[in-house]
Amino acid sequence: MTSAAMTPIQRGFSLAEYLTCLNGIVWREALRFLHQRERFISALVRPLVWLFIFAAGFRQVLGLSIIPPYETYILYEVYIAPGLMAMIQLFNGMQSSLSMVYDREMGNMRTLLVSPLPRWFLLSCKLLAGTAVSLLQVYAFLLIAWFWDIAAPPTGYLTVLPALVLSGLMLGALGMLISSGIKQLENFAGVMNFVIFPMFFASSALYPLWRILESSPMLYYVCLFNPFTHAVELIRFALYGQMNWIALAVVGGCTIAFMIGAILAYDPSRGLIRRGPAGGET
Amino acid sequence: MTATDAFSAGQSTQGFHPQSDAVATPALSIEGVSHAYGTRRALIDIAFSVAPASFTALLGLNGAGKSTLFSLVTRLFGIQHGRIGIFGHDVAQAPGEALRLLGVVFQPRTLDLDLSVTQNLLYHAALHGIGRRDARARSAEVLARIGLADRAGSKVRDLSGGQMRRLEIARALLHRPRLLLLDEATVGLDVKARADILNHVRQLVAEQGISVLWATHLFDEIGSNDDLVVLHQGRVLAQGKVARVIADAGGSDINTAFMRLTGSTAQSGSSTS
Repeated sequence: MTSAAMTPIQRGFSLAEYLTCLNGIVWREALRFLHQRERFISALVRPLVWLFIFAAGFRQVLGLSIIPPYETYILYEVYIAPGLMAMIQLFNGMQSSLSMVYDREMGNMRTLLVSPLPRWFLLSCKLLAGTAVSLLQVYAFLLIAWFWDIAAPPTGYLTVLPALVLSGLMLGALGMLISSGIKQLENFAGVMNFVIFPMFFASSALYPLWRILESSPMLYYVCLFNPFTHAVELIRFALYGQMNWIALAVVGGCTIAFMIGAILAYDPSRGLIRRGPAGGET
Repeated sequence: MTATDAFSAGQSTQGFHPQSDAVATPALSIEGVSHAYGTRRALIDIAFSVAPASFTALLGLNGAGKSTLFSLVTRLFGIQHGRIGIFGHDVAQAPGEALRLLGVVFQPRTLDLDLSVTQNLLYHAALHGIGRRDARARSAEVLARIGLADRAGSKVRDLSGGQMRRLEIARALLHRPRLLLLDEATVGLDVKARADILNHVRQLVAEQGISVLWATHLFDEIGSNDDLVVLHQGRVLAQGKVARVIADAGGSDINTAFMRLTGSTAQSGSSTS
């Protein structure tokens, strides 16, 4: 057989087929999330512990000056709420990457990657699905926080949505990129220590950057270069109906960079994805 | 002589394709494919084809390179050397068109255990762009065909090993592919479940004209009228009709022919292994 023989008709894919695929991946992700009730509960408990216990304890220790977007003095709980929203998305992004590693080990990932639709599209759908799940978690957290008298302006619950989508995409893409380099599920513990904790603590989630600058200029710059800091600030400003353009640029840029990296990593001809056969296979 | 030349010569001299398919585009064509994991060469200049509406057995011991070959055909791995075509669509150049015609059952289970039988099928249908209404109709149809209609709402983790395999085959057929790859599909199943699955796949070839590449290390899964490709340590040692391979190797049956070809004392070729 010669290459000239390989010229059959190619019909491509319709918009309806793309949308059906997107719908299917989001639906599957939502089903898995709903089936794993403990995952939903733990996703809520984690930020609520920070809000109800940690913040209550530190309220008297940490003084806050009036900084944008706030126009008056605020409680510490109010300050850390956007950081906790971002934390939910950070954990969700890493959880998604964990599930991708699990799916790869269990074989489910092959079902996705053997789909005839373009791989960049499949990974984008997976990312959107993970972001949609994180939005559910964040709004559930906001609802509980509202009962705790930690409320944003009513319009803030709408204006924060695009910021949450963007930050969710960025953190999900980061998780996807990380998952491509993890060979075994056991290695994922390292992600907790080397990604989640440093990103969360070296950011403005728990304390304003000016306070960090007073303590350690070096740590201040670490925080400044941490994309998670900008995700937190984007959410914080959006929750009060304002725009932090620098944060928007950083989060947008990082989203694109992480996404391209993840797509390349899962490209069979170029990527970082494991090249050897799965256990037991040859 | 290149692998492709040898392949072409092999086709004409060994009569690998049925005469009626002599001019038809092969369901699967593998031309000069090599693959290495670092310095370890898993496949070396592989060349063979699968004729339309045929059952082709890919026989090889564990470690022969069968799963690597499947990963290349399904584009899980990038093709390092050579060319793979599915009904004329180049897997590297037009993966969408190629994969659309392909159904796969991998060696490890790839079902989502937390979802129901129907949900697994609907998810697969969505990945192929099949709308929900059509997908439901097709799901009901394939479940009835494999005798799992009454388990449609069951969680997959509640199925037996044989039922899961049947479901995976049904899922692989949901988007109506023309070529079906099965990688050690009967591993871990009891004798009856193995026979059921093998019969079911042979029926697909006979009744629906689906082309099948059946990777196995079990001699008793190979029928006397099948096409056969013997893969050993990453190389194709023989290909053609089973009787021709046995005769060319100077064996009395597939077992002795395989041992002559590989120079091994193969022990994994029985159903009890």
